[in-house]
Amino acid sequence: MAASAPPIERVGVSPSSDNLRRILSIIGVSLLVIVAFIEIMPFVLTLSNSFKCDPAVTDRPTAFIPAPPFGVQCETRDASGVVVSRLTAAEQTEGITFNPSFNGYSTLLNPTGQQNLPRWAFNTVIYSVAVTILRLLLDSLAGYALARLKFPGSRAMFFVILGTLMIPGVVLLIPRFLMLNQLDLLNTYHGYFLVLSADAFGILLMKQFFEGIPGEIEEAAQVDGASRFVTFFRIVLPMATPALTALTIFSFQGQWNNFMDALIIVGSDPTMFNLPLGLTQIVGAGQDIQYDLVLAGSVITTMPMAFIFFFFQRYFVEGVSYSGLKG
Amino acid sequence: MAQSTARAVPVVPKRVTTTATAKRQEAIAGLTFIAPAFLVLFVFLIVPLFVALFFSLTNWNGRTPLTNANPYEFVGLRNYEQLLIDGRRVSDFYNALKNTVYYVIGVVPTQTAIALLLASIVNQRWLRFRSFFRTAYYFPSITSSIVVSMIFLFMFSNTGPINQIFNTNINWLSNNDGLIHNFLELFGVTKATVGEWAKAEIFRIELWDWISGPSVSMLTIMVLAIWTTIGTLMVIYLSALQNISGSVYEASQVDGATALQQFRFITLPLLRPTTFFVITLGLIGTFQVFDQIYVLRNDNTRETTMSVAYLVYDFAFGSQTDPRMDRATATAITLFILIFIATIIQRRVTGGDRAEA
Repeated sequence: MAASAPPIERVGVSPSSDNLRRILSIIGVSLLVIVAFIEIMPFVLTLSNSFKCDPAVTDRPTAFIPAPPFGVQCETRDASGVVVSRLTAAEQTEGITFNPSFNGYSTLLNPTGQQNLPRWAFNTVIYSVAVTILRLLLDSLAGYALARLKFPGSRAMFFVILGTLMIPGVVLLIPRFLMLNQLDLLNTYHGYFLVLSADAFGILLMKQFFEGIPGEIEEAAQVDGASRFVTFFRIVLPMATPALTALTIFSFQGQWNNFMDALIIVGSDPTMFNLPLGLTQIVGAGQDIQYDLVLAGSVITTMPMAFIFFFFQRYFVEGVSYSGLKG
Repeated sequence: MAQSTARAVPVVPKRVTTTATAKRQEAIAGLTFIAPAFLVLFVFLIVPLFVALFFSLTNWNGRTPLTNANPYEFVGLRNYEQLLIDGRRVSDFYNALKNTVYYVIGVVPTQTAIALLLASIVNQRWLRFRSFFRTAYYFPSITSSIVVSMIFLFMFSNTGPINQIFNTNINWLSNNDGLIHNFLELFGVTKATVGEWAKAEIFRIELWDWISGPSVSMLTIMVLAIWTTIGTLMVIYLSALQNISGSVYEASQVDGATALQQFRFITLPLLRPTTFFVITLGLIGTFQVFDQIYVLRNDNTRETTMSVAYLVYDFAFGSQTDPRMDRATATAITLFILIFIATIIQRRVTGGDRAEA
């Protein structure tokens, strides 16, 4: 990375511009640090406050350093289970430290009424994994056909696929709802899988990749009498690992966080919600938002993506750069 | 490929293939390979577009079952007319359009400029902890828009960290005052003092409301959008910067160019295709703002946080008793056309048509 960065070597510059450069670099770094702080701080506060009882979230949201004792109870109950007192904000926090409580998380993990976070988490995994697998298959097949095979209508199909990138999601909202309703696919897993099982971006990504690798190996396989399908699955796909990795990450991330499609396809049955939909259910329409639950739910929703991000960060960044360069 | 049979492995029964049949086989394989994905895209992306167009030309409310004898009638462009020219819904649409345009104008240039600035600094050779900064900026991009909205709901609540840290008492998320309105008020300029023209209506919205700017609540949502997006855009800019050959800069240094001159006359022109791409992404994304509004709006701010995309949803699903699929689809198609026009205009303005060639 450093190798290709523009050089900042000084070729016969005057001392005054040297000073200017130093001042500029100090301002630059300060700016980076400030922005980094602004980007990270909300996450830190969200994480901290998800371990607080409701009064402390509202009254002392800025106490962010956990201190023992851990696992304090938000409510004290008497022998018959009646709440006799609640942990106040002053009791739970001191300055910028607080005693973490797991009440928000344990409340969420025990389903009550329409609130069923474990089920939503399960659904989110199913939706993300299934859609990603389907896309890997359908997108790479289509991308390969467009890149390598001559068939009637290929140009027209390519432009139709390219054109779908321009259709705003909002336009699809109502017609998709109506169509799925007619097909009796609303609030079903297979309805969700079907609608999202292929995407134009993935097809174009795979097409671009296949165009960039030499075709001799496939031709050799053809010569040896292998069918197109065998060639594709045995020889072409294994070579496409980098593109498939990028597609996996994009697709999984997109589906894990997908709200609008979920709202339309599975939005009227709380047992079919994914996590983002479930979060909006936790917030509810009422005036009293239970921030401890909302924040704990946000953390649970974000954690898996965060882990994937930290392990596969290179692919995220490369993927974005790739899509950016190719336009 | 056709001459392949000559070298077929002996174990495999020899296949006599002519050029014609090989071509036919390739065509069949190609169609089989592309068919599943193409069908899905066609049925769930192309067909819905026409379904939307179709219902926007009817008076179907969405409640009358389509299996009924006459669930709807064709009304031509009446829905568009009522929405855009003169009808009960004109103020709904133009209010949403006004909010959306303020949102786009506020967000797109800001996020593009910040992303470019950050990328330029992160790209400097002397910078340490480069990957730390990149990770910090990119992290919000991998987070669900709903989670980000929840975080802002918490951060900007009345008793939330923002108000407590800055020791303010601003009702961020339930404040309909326009920014320009508030700014003018500082100088004693209000709707009452500027004269009668402020009460004149254009599309049933008072002139004063047109120029009041985005509401404080909308501003919070704009900040959210910028906060979330700069990471992605910065990474895109950064990779473009790294693709600029160092020799260009060396040559200009020999000619005595200063750092600012280099940025102005070398970096910016070379980044033009990237800027075009980043702005296009921004326009398409911001014109459709929906998720964030779904979470951060409330009954108080119904008017000033209503976006065109949310209006589509609101017409269709906002009222259990009076859904208006006809009006909703007409709004959706209008939004589609608006986005299309906006990207064409920006292509002209930023010279994207030249840059992509």
